[in-house]
Amino acid sequence: MPLITYRDAIRDALREEMIRDDRVLILGEEVGVWGGTYAVTRNLHEEFGGKRVIDTPIAEAAIIGAAIGAAMGGLRPVAELMTINFSLEAMDQIVNNAAKIHYMFGGQIKVPLVIRTPAGWGQLGATHSQSFEAWFAHLPGLIVAMPGTPRDAKGLLKTAIRSENPVMFIEHARLYGLKGEVPEGEYTLPLGVSDIKRGGRDVTIVTYSRMLHVALGAAEELAKEGIECEVVDLRTLRPLDMGPAYESVKKTHRALVVEEDWTTCGMGAEIAARIGRDRFDHLDAPVERLGQVEVPVPYAKNLEALMFPDERMVADRVRKMLS
Amino acid sequence: MNVNRQEALEYMRKMVLIRRFEERAEEAYGQGRIGGFLHLYIGEEAIAVGAMAAMKPDDDVVTHYRDHGYILARGVDPKVVMAELYGKTTGVSKGKGGSMHLAAVDRHIWGGYAIVAGHIPLAVGLALANQYRNLPRVVTCFFGDGATNNGTFYSALNMAAVWKLPLVAIVENNLYGMGTAVERASAVSDIFKKAASFEIPAVQTDGNDLLGVRDTVRTMVEMARAGEGPQLIEARTYRFRGHSMGDPQRYRGKDEVEAAKERDPIVLWRRSLLESRLATEDDFRKIAEEVEAEVETAVRFAESSPDPDPSELCANVLVPG
Repeated sequence: MPLITYRDAIRDALREEMIRDDRVLILGEEVGVWGGTYAVTRNLHEEFGGKRVIDTPIAEAAIIGAAIGAAMGGLRPVAELMTINFSLEAMDQIVNNAAKIHYMFGGQIKVPLVIRTPAGWGQLGATHSQSFEAWFAHLPGLIVAMPGTPRDAKGLLKTAIRSENPVMFIEHARLYGLKGEVPEGEYTLPLGVSDIKRGGRDVTIVTYSRMLHVALGAAEELAKEGIECEVVDLRTLRPLDMGPAYESVKKTHRALVVEEDWTTCGMGAEIAARIGRDRFDHLDAPVERLGQVEVPVPYAKNLEALMFPDERMVADRVRKMLS
Repeated sequence: MNVNRQEALEYMRKMVLIRRFEERAEEAYGQGRIGGFLHLYIGEEAIAVGAMAAMKPDDDVVTHYRDHGYILARGVDPKVVMAELYGKTTGVSKGKGGSMHLAAVDRHIWGGYAIVAGHIPLAVGLALANQYRNLPRVVTCFFGDGATNNGTFYSALNMAAVWKLPLVAIVENNLYGMGTAVERASAVSDIFKKAASFEIPAVQTDGNDLLGVRDTVRTMVEMARAGEGPQLIEARTYRFRGHSMGDPQRYRGKDEVEAAKERDPIVLWRRSLLESRLATEDDFRKIAEEVEAEVETAVRFAESSPDPDPSELCANVLVPG
């Protein structure tokens, strides 16, 4: 299988779906002539033209609202929010329109919309370094995907574009350059299906997005000490497929959730609650959570480096859980 | 007058239908049969009826939450509209939307939306879809004066103007955003002037003058259809009832409301039909009787319809598959 970057995998998914279905269009800030702030949509404007790759004003509520309206009107828009931080400007559209319209009008209207947006950080300061996936995963009426590998990103995005439902497709800015194996030719992956990325018998690590790689790195280290972690990649946060994590916990009796978000009211809280309720008899210890420090993200490089779980922190926590 | 007898009577029938529908809804609300918020359209009927008469049946409509008038003016059966207000499974939105969320997609009524100004971008998107698909449909988006003080109004209309979308924004300026008079909330009381910032055509019209509304909307809709981009109409009107039910109306005097009723759109239309001899008192009596029966049927239908089945609670959250 060819090795391609997360960025190229996403672009391939967009391109293939645009070729496949002329109702698919892209709109967002700098997605066209510029080629996308993170270069995800590079060359698509040249290939498909300004009718299908539309540069918008910097007006997130209007971008997302217009994308919802276009979806209602028979198109399959893929709207890009330059970063997930800007989704706050569009929150009313996402929460009150995208996630509600199908239900509120008794099923008369469909909103086949994808909102692509990256989380991430890198000395960007407090307002540009956030990770709001739990906010969206909270909402009935929305599908939330957050892939961690090029293969998953491509397969899930293609499914998201073909979905009849609104999908928040959360990418990660620090993964765009990551290379991974991606099957040649046409394939899709189902939304709402978790995936075991590494097998192990001692501890279950449940994670997603960039933290998948931190967890896999920690698992590699721990394996040298004879500790085998099973790493479950959620891939989709809503609907949440707990099946593989539940199966895993039956075997390991211990679970750690690693997320890049603040842990308070985060995905880990939900996952811990579910494992605690549904696998209580299998647990030898409380479900643990590891996330970012509960402060706004600082600018200074050394302080920022203290913010997020790294391989050492994950490995330490696993050792502690086993001690 | 540029109207034939048949059209003239149909406009009258629709305005009276909306008026009586609203009065019966008000009654049912008082009896506890309708819950939540109820925003009545009484006094503003000429706008919905005039605008719908100006549009083609497949022109798209997106509205705010004071939305009973539009769906009735479009010709949707009052039975299924009243049933929605009652929260019954036979309602247009299967009882899941209520008064503020009426839609009839088969009639191109894309819904009432209850976050002020939040629906304007949806209309932009529908217009984008029409343009993209080369459909000759125009989208009209209705909202109140209050919505024009919200940023979403500006960002949406700016986008529509940049993309020259077939969109007509119809602002019903009823002089109050809830209880705040327009001049206390808007730096510009003549709302149509706000369109100047997008350099789009805009006019102010008397929202209680049915033919004036119809002809203005027709002109602007056809300009939009011809590819001239978005248009804005400010229709000045007055709401005779409170903002919603239970509004003590401390912000305006009874004399002001009574004075406004001198310009009741139904009274004005009736007068002009009599003066132009297009209709007689007998015609009005007949319309009143027919509408009475139609609204009575709607109320009975709503009352006798079943509540949604409990299984409906979890249906339509996502499209299956």
